[in-house]
Parts: sequence; C-alpha cells; structure tokens
Amino acid sequence: MKVAKGLFYTKDHEWVKVDGDVVVIGISDYAQHHLGDIVYVELPDVDDEFEKGEDFAAVESVKAASDVYMPVGGKVVAINEELMDDPALLNTDAFENWLIKAEMADKAELEELMNDEDYEKFLAEEE
Amino acid sequence: MDAKKTPLYEEHVKLGGNVVDYAGWFLPVQYEGLVPEHEAVRNAVGLFDVSHMGEITIKGKDALAFVDYLMTNDITTIVDNQVIYTFMCHPTGGVVDDLLVYRYDGEFFYLVVNAANIDKDHKWILDNKGDFDVRIENISDSVGEVAIQGPLAEKVLQKLTDYDLSQIKFFHLKRDVEVAGVNCMVSRTGYTGEDGFEVYSDNEGIVKVWNAILEAGKDEGIKPTGLGCRDTLRFEASLPLYGHEMDDEITPLEAGFKYFVKLDKKSDFIGKDVLNKMWSEGLKRKLAGIELLDRGIAREGYEVYKDGEKIGHVTTGYKSPTLDKVIGNALIKTEFTELGTEVDVKIRNKFAKAKVISKKFLKK
Repeated sequence: MKVAKGLFYTKDHEWVKVDGDVVVIGISDYAQHHLGDIVYVELPDVDDEFEKGEDFAAVESVKAASDVYMPVGGKVVAINEELMDDPALLNTDAFENWLIKAEMADKAELEELMNDEDYEKFLAEEE
Repeated sequence: MDAKKTPLYEEHVKLGGNVVDYAGWFLPVQYEGLVPEHEAVRNAVGLFDVSHMGEITIKGKDALAFVDYLMTNDITTIVDNQVIYTFMCHPTGGVVDDLLVYRYDGEFFYLVVNAANIDKDHKWILDNKGDFDVRIENISDSVGEVAIQGPLAEKVLQKLTDYDLSQIKFFHLKRDVEVAGVNCMVSRTGYTGEDGFEVYSDNEGIVKVWNAILEAGKDEGIKPTGLGCRDTLRFEASLPLYGHEMDDEITPLEAGFKYFVKLDKKSDFIGKDVLNKMWSEGLKRKLAGIELLDRGIAREGYEVYKDGEKIGHVTTGYKSPTLDKVIGNALIKTEFTELGTEVDVKIRNKFAKAKVISKKFLKK
C-alpha cells in the first residue's frame, strides 16, 4: 500500500494536501484498496460548508458505501467532477484523483492530523 | 466468541482471500475482486466454500410427515434423490429459516440451512418434534461443502468423476459419487442463478475436492469466488437472503415467494392458519424491485418514501455488475408496488427517484 510523502492523513484514511489557505482532500491508497472496485462517488456542491469530522462525500464499491469525513473544517471551492463519471479512477490512483478542494476555516486544525510517517505506523497497527 | 474456521480456511489464506467474520465464520469476501469473480461465475465457472452452511438430518418412520409439518412447501411431492426449496415458518408466519430439503428416502431427509440459523433451527425442530417418531441430528460440524457454479461447472467437475453428471437433473442429488477420490454427495443446486453443483463431503475430503476442482478448471478460467459476489449473484437472480428479504418478522408471502408456500396443502404445517388469513385479507406490504433513476446507490436499510410518507425500506441494493444498473429490493406498502410507480429512496440526507420494476432482474 502506497503512502504519498508530504501529505497529512486522518485515521479514517483521508489525505490532505495544503496549498496556502486551500486544502486538497482525497482518500488514501489503503482506503481504495479496502473498498475494492469503486462504482460511485457522491460529492458535495461548491460553496457547501462543513466542520471538521463531518461527512462531506461518499465513496461506494459494489459491496458497501463509505462516508468520507472532513479532515479540517472549511468551504468547498472545487469538486473533482471527473470522478462522478469515472469513479474507478480512485482505484487507479487514489492520490492523483482528489475529491474536493476547500478553503480552511481554521489552519490550527491541521496540527491534529498525522504526517506520512505517523500514518505509515498507524497502518502497520491496523493490519 | 471467536469466529470458526471452515476446513478450507488455510486455502483461503494461501489464495490471498480477504477473510472476514461472516455469521460466525472466517470466510473470504473476495480474492481477486468482487467484479471479476462475479463475471467468472456468469460467463465461465467459480468455486465457493460454503462449508459454513448447516446440515441437519431427520430420520425415522415419521420423517416425511414431520418434515412436511415443519415446511411451507409440499414435501410429499418430491421423490427419492430430489431436492426442494422451502421455508420453515413460525406460527405467526414469520420465517425461522429458508432451506433446501434433500430426500434420500421417505425415512431420511437432509436439511441444508443458513449458517447464522443452525442453532436456532436445530432447537426449533427439536421443540416441534412432539409425538413424531424421528431422530434429529445436527451434523453441521462434520460436513464440508463447496459450490461449483457457472455455465462450465459440469465440464470441470466431470473431469474429476466417473459418474455421468448429466444424469443429475436440476434440483436432484446423487449420493456416494467419487470426486477426486473423495466420497461425496452431489446436487445440482446453487445460489447464483447459473448451472452448477453443490458438493458435500467430510471435512478432510473437502480440502482435496476444493484443490482438485481449482486445478481441473484452469483451462476454463475457474476462479475461487468469495461471499461478495455470492451476494451480488444471488441478488441479480432474485434469490432471497435470510435476514434481508425475509426474517422472523417478514413472511414468505410478503417476500413474494408464495410459490413455495402451499396454502392448499392437505396436511397441516406450522404457520398455515396465519399465512392463509394474511393471504385472503390481502398483504399490507410486499417486496418490490426498484431501479434508481437518479444518481446514487440504494443500499440495504435505506428508507423508501412516496410523497413524503415513509412506505418501507430497501432489503438489498447494488449497482448490478451484470446489468450495470442500480437496482434493489424494497419491502414497501402494497399500494405502491405496481410496476412503474415512482418512489423516493432516502440516500444519506437526499432523496433519489426510483421506479418499481420487475424483481426478475436477470433475463435468461
């Protein structure tokens, strides 16, 4: 399972890439692997606001639906519409294919996330 | 309590199966992936470990009368070496279990029941024995079972036995068939909507049978197949799953399986009075097929609405791998079950439009 360097991670297997005040959010390679063949992605609308920990999207495999939770609170500024037409892109490359971009409400919330090294250790314990 | 291991547990691990606790058993959800495994069964052949299923034997002078009393289907209509699908109901009409009854002879019946219900069924059968002259035995722990399913199932299994498998017709069985040198009972049955066989032996023998089938099926593209596709396959084929389409509270009539409830059966059976009354008064709710018109996937447990009023829930729902459509079963108020009726499925916090369609999803 790949863990991309330089990103932040949550225990629910979301990843976060920081770009100034904006964060790019996706699901990790571990998450896509465990979901299996992804057949549907539900994304929020631009301008929707979510708090940290709130579910903002859903990723579904044939087997099951999984909610995706906000790693940090914020307002959605972009959604990856390509995923709605081709959800399997998440299986191809979960780090390349982001879900949303959001404007952070409180940058301090980033401090509660894991860096890539911590996430790798976390995954080792999960297995 | 820890989940139990089937005799094939080590084989699943070797094959890279994603093993989970299912109904108290460690079984693989998938090996290579749900969709390729699903397609292997529809187009070629797949092999399932179904050793978790329960087996209960009923023997004795009154075996036929007793089994017929327990079951909603008419057990007197089958002959030796024939199999019948049936429900076993509570006096309330709710379902204790759905099962296959194998008739070895008039004094020896072999019941194959759902893994999650083995203890419940065994107790239920013992509790209702009354004055029937029968011996009841739960032999589940000493029986291993695999299901070889798909259009090429017979071709592959035939390589491992001298017995002419074409002699076993649909829903018939043959005892003492030697498969890969192992003494087996073989029936032409399954849970996928495809042709195929279920093969029973002792625990030691089933490992040999499993490995021999995988080896024999290489040229046909056989895949070991997991619980994930077992559910999508049975769902597409309109086969019900206990705990979803029916349970202790949902009757077989509501689930749309009246064909297997012989209300006019001469002999009495448990649940007969209530089921008859329910049928003559008209069902308040019924299982319907639905197809989603909006984006989204209707999953088990999601609520179904009509004009803002809750009318029922989804019992199984998938994006069908074979049909590439989002379809489901929903148990809803009878007045909304007419084909073409538009309903709304609540998916998380949004409503998605769906319409009632025939439950026969797979046209064959």
